Amino acid sequence: MANMSVLTRDELLKLAELARIRLTNEELDSLPAELSKIIEYVQQLDDVSVKDLEPTYQVTGLKNVTREDKIIDYQADAQQLMKNAPGVKGGQFKVKRVI
Amino acid sequence: MSWPQVADIAQKVQSSELKAQDLVDRALSAVQEKQSLKPIISETSQRAKTRAAELDNQIAKGKKVGRLAGVPFIAKDNFLAYGSKTTAASNILRPFQAPYQATAIERLEAEGAILVAKANLDAFAHGSSTENSDFFTTKNPYDHSRVPGGSSGGSAVAVATEIVPFALGTDTGGSIRQPAGFCGVVGYKPTYGLVSRSGVIAMASSTDVIGPITRTVADTAQVLDIMAGRDELDSTTIDRDKKGYLPERAGSLKNVRVGVIREYMEHGVESGVKQVVNLAIEKIKTAGAKISEVSLPSLPLALAVYYIICPAEVSSNLARYDGQRYGFSEPQAQDLLSSYELTRDHGFGPEAKRRIMIGTYVLSSGYYDAYYKKAQTVRTKIIDEFSNKFEKYDFLIGPTSPTTAFKIGERVDDPLSMYLSDIMTVAANVSGNPSISLPAGMANGLPVGLQIIGPMRGDRALLSFAQDVEGLL
Repeated sequence: MANMSVLTRDELLKLAELARIRLTNEELDSLPAELSKIIEYVQQLDDVSVKDLEPTYQVTGLKNVTREDKIIDYQADAQQLMKNAPGVKGGQFKVKRVI
Repeated sequence: MSWPQVADIAQKVQSSELKAQDLVDRALSAVQEKQSLKPIISETSQRAKTRAAELDNQIAKGKKVGRLAGVPFIAKDNFLAYGSKTTAASNILRPFQAPYQATAIERLEAEGAILVAKANLDAFAHGSSTENSDFFTTKNPYDHSRVPGGSSGGSAVAVATEIVPFALGTDTGGSIRQPAGFCGVVGYKPTYGLVSRSGVIAMASSTDVIGPITRTVADTAQVLDIMAGRDELDSTTIDRDKKGYLPERAGSLKNVRVGVIREYMEHGVESGVKQVVNLAIEKIKTAGAKISEVSLPSLPLALAVYYIICPAEVSSNLARYDGQRYGFSEPQAQDLLSSYELTRDHGFGPEAKRRIMIGTYVLSSGYYDAYYKKAQTVRTKIIDEFSNKFEKYDFLIGPTSPTTAFKIGERVDDPLSMYLSDIMTVAANVSGNPSISLPAGMANGLPVGLQIIGPMRGDRALLSFAQDVEGLL
């Protein structure tokens, strides 16, 4: 694998599109090699035997944690919540045209 | 002047020997005095002064106040607190004002503690040195040309330099223990799920925990005892120990079975670090504990597991920063899609982008099984190894980090070498076990951390043992 990036520029472009980040040309040039080094490092797991083992997605063992379906008043500062919005119109979030 | 232990401060405030307002003033002046080390992003002076005045008033009226009455503290700037800027040290959250408050802060303030400032971190807690902060790098108090560790570097410096008696941090791969080790203070990562994460900016949800950074184990236990337990606002929280977390006084180390992790004593450990840790082990042995060397061969794999799971979870947790409802929004964008894409390119720093890209890669179709599922299966192997060892040993020990604090700039251009700073802390995050870093001594003028890992939900026993060990060091 010497000199060959695990991750190509084209693949990175596709990932960036999925992640909704418009990478600059500079980033598209530098990131493939940088990220490939990290991916090569984690590929050491390929050689690890995991026969008869199941994946662990969480470690508490808690299952189906539920609570009573009751209405709780919004505790936080609703005005402050909207003050954080980049655009507000009539008490609603204002965004760019969708369609 | 040193801060007394938190329980003593609270007692003196209750008896009017100390005034909460004076304690807050003292902490706020210390913030100014230590500014050259850059541990702090913002102060919460107004809110702190108001709370202190209320508290002093209540005491003057003869009311009984809480267990942390008047104790000033600092939170890492990824904790939300009313009336405070909460940035996660990121440009994308630079303008964000918290509209609600973290449960951890709520519980501490209900006992009378007073938040005075928010501390620097690697942006979104991605890093091991605070150099990934989008704002500035914090300096190590022992050597200003070195990093304080990270990501909770600002919190560790705030405690090491006596700005406050305690600070809060978050530990996803070592972010409390490693900076505590580098700065010569106590750093505690509780069992996963023990402290509610509601109101704390998420990084990797399956390993994120909240914990205290303090000068003594007793203070860590006090703070944990108040924060620990179920919270309706965080469904991943577990029940607290019915006996609480305050350590029993001066236990005997006789018959305590301690395993020294072989893999942590050989893998590229600096000789100075090894010497300090070996000396600490010798003292624990002399005090009566049964010490043996143990091997957990899968532990070194934890870093590779982590650098799949963590970016995967980071990529989903950072998806919410889209410039529409809060935070930075790129004003030049023409339409909705470019608003998302430009906001995220301009708002995120290089490390956040790396992690989002790696995370998107390992979760994408065709790669999911090879990376994400495989990592979660190796995770099971690590968990099994830990639980097997905890049948024969009460605690496992080793260094917190293979090195002492490194130079500013030394690792920042090589992400992988930065990641390797977490090689000894990350296994406890992957498995969920509680783990503490204690100041064990100095190597070439820099602090060395001793790490002790306990069994799942064994926080109470771990803190008692750690307090005994602290007395020996």
